[in-house]
Amino acid sequence: MHKQKVVVGMSGGVDSSVAAYLLQQQGYEVIGMTMQIWDKDTSEDREDSCCGLSAIDDARRVCQMLDIPHYVMNFRNDFKRDVVDYFINEYKKGRTPNPCIACNRYVKWESMLNKALQIGADFIATGHYANILKNPETGRYQLVQSKALAKDQTYALYNLTQHQLKHTLMPLGEYDKEEVRKIATEIGLLVANKPDSQEICFVPDNNYAKYIEETTGTKSEAGNFINKNGEVLGKHKGIINYTIGQRKGLGVALGKPVFVSNINVTDNTITLGDNQDLFTNVVYASNLNFMPFDRLESKMNISAKIRYSHSPSNCSIEMIDKDKIKCTFTTAQRAVTPGQAIVFYDTDKVIGGGTIELI
Amino acid sequence: MKKIYLDHAATTPIKKAVVDAMLPYLTENFGNPSSVYQMAQVNKKAVDEAREQVAAAIGAKAQEIFFTSGGTEADNWAIKGIVEARKSKGNHIITSKVEHHAVLHTCEYLEKNGYEVTYLDVDEYGSIRIDDLKKAIKDTTILITIMYANNEIGTIMPIKEIGEVAKAHNIPFHTDAVQAIGQVKIDVNDENIDALSITAHKFNGPKGVGALYIRRGVKVSQFMHGGAQERGRRGGTENVASIVGMGVAIELAYKDFDNKIRQYTQLRDMLINGILETIPYSRLNGHLTNRLPNNVNIGFEFVEGESLLLLLDMQGICASSGSACTSGSLDPSHVLLAIGLPHEKAHGSVRFTLGAGISDADINTVLETLPAIVKRMRDMSPLYEEFLAKQ
Repeated sequence: MHKQKVVVGMSGGVDSSVAAYLLQQQGYEVIGMTMQIWDKDTSEDREDSCCGLSAIDDARRVCQMLDIPHYVMNFRNDFKRDVVDYFINEYKKGRTPNPCIACNRYVKWESMLNKALQIGADFIATGHYANILKNPETGRYQLVQSKALAKDQTYALYNLTQHQLKHTLMPLGEYDKEEVRKIATEIGLLVANKPDSQEICFVPDNNYAKYIEETTGTKSEAGNFINKNGEVLGKHKGIINYTIGQRKGLGVALGKPVFVSNINVTDNTITLGDNQDLFTNVVYASNLNFMPFDRLESKMNISAKIRYSHSPSNCSIEMIDKDKIKCTFTTAQRAVTPGQAIVFYDTDKVIGGGTIELI
Repeated sequence: MKKIYLDHAATTPIKKAVVDAMLPYLTENFGNPSSVYQMAQVNKKAVDEAREQVAAAIGAKAQEIFFTSGGTEADNWAIKGIVEARKSKGNHIITSKVEHHAVLHTCEYLEKNGYEVTYLDVDEYGSIRIDDLKKAIKDTTILITIMYANNEIGTIMPIKEIGEVAKAHNIPFHTDAVQAIGQVKIDVNDENIDALSITAHKFNGPKGVGALYIRRGVKVSQFMHGGAQERGRRGGTENVASIVGMGVAIELAYKDFDNKIRQYTQLRDMLINGILETIPYSRLNGHLTNRLPNNVNIGFEFVEGESLLLLLDMQGICASSGSACTSGSLDPSHVLLAIGLPHEKAHGSVRFTLGAGISDADINTVLETLPAIVKRMRDMSPLYEEFLAKQ
């Protein structure tokens, strides 16, 4: 029988390398692909980034070891348009973007999948900690949390479409990180002890505000910190520097802890408030994607995560407009941040999710 | 699966006769050509013979040939060396927009160091216009460097006319002939070439060895400082075996030359016509006739060159999407942009370059394989879908 062909997105790291190895063991014809998303001259040669130059070199060496072909493909335009530009625009709008989710949805699962299918592959695969199951009754594909809950990456994958899920393999879903490292060591992968990738791969020193100002060539305009009654409390350095819930680095001394509770683009002000001002039960979201169905027809009781590190919390969801959902939590949630993703779970199954909106 | 290697512009296999000639210099004849004892004189002689062979291939004198580590070093040396030797006369360099990066990046480096560079535009086929060249010349022009033939689209520049203009203005003329050597007859005197770069691995010689021809009397400052090798102008112990290989390879490249070129040209045109006839929305990049006999470069609309290469690779066909030296950067080719192609068309271009051992049957295999691959890719291309919807 014709071997099924899978293109593995290889970063040179432990996870994608072991994913490639496991698929090879399972009898797939495996092709390694590394996305190039950088200008060579400007890229920071960071060890912890998934697509830097050293990533390409490491991925090549892993593929050589596994004796599989390795191709480097250009995704620079896609990455700039779908991730970097989006990232910058969201901050300018006073929102807090999630570039990894955008990269997954548009770069990995659109551009890379498309290239993979073009070159005759049946699937793409990644080293994400998540599972994909097909519901035998509905025929729909379903993202399910990883066995290793601590590493579970379903939050960043909630908006994969049915077409994308159908053509995706995630061989690490049944393993935890320690097992993966053990496999890497057993098969002699040089990358077995490489650190996990961290932070935002295209932002040097994790200073995203500086990155945005340098990339756009414009400085974010300074403005006023105000309280909820509109009284001026001090000066802020430009709205891109702040995130809802932020406490550190505000540069105002009010004799009590204060937090960013609102970012107001229209008058370039930032509202500061007490911790209790950050809590809300109701969260709205748009740009929705669902897995077990195309549309949410009636109110549903589920649990939801409002950030990567958040534990799912009970809530109900109902549609209030064509692409707008209202999510009502049983207990109030702290620092709900427009621009971030809200992801809905039914126990370990991802129901779907969307982008958090102010209203 | 049989491999069909159609990337001879990237590099070529070493001919057996070349390897045979090299082997003694990797084993028993290991002496340093600069040593005085007789044992080493064998090596000195071998290097001198190779120098004669290289000189003969381009109508130069042996004393005008200097061995280097390859084409890139030869280009760097010629350009930096000539402008430095002539810096009291001016600071202006004329080159073209379609040069190899060994020339372009050298010029850009010089630009950052106080030199002024004019990058001539090219016409739709990739050739500079002599009028543009004449207009670009200033009192301060101290070097003209224009490639002999383009490595991506094979266009042959009007070298003889450039040489005449340069001579009339008393400006040294360097040409990067890395792709042209072994594909066209070159005569440095007839064509008024003052400096010329070549590398052995493009004509079935070894990698890591090249040569710079410098016309006697043209001042070039030293690039590699060191010992007195290459008559004091390029330090470093000679790469004897490779130099010997280069000499034999260049001689073989011009042996039975007319027949070879006739055969390449016929295969080239068979491939070009075959593709253009069977694959809609494909176009030839470069000129139909004024091109290297081994170069085919085709743009396929609605297709990404990169993915096409992978699919060809899976069928055992080795081709490239431009220059191997730039494939790491994956930018659209500066050459294709310079001939006026928009980005998306520049991305959808593939280069096939012929060489020794390619047969009619190989070309037919490509012609049988390619249409299905292109069709498959177009069937999955949103751009093509959009295009069809508009029809």
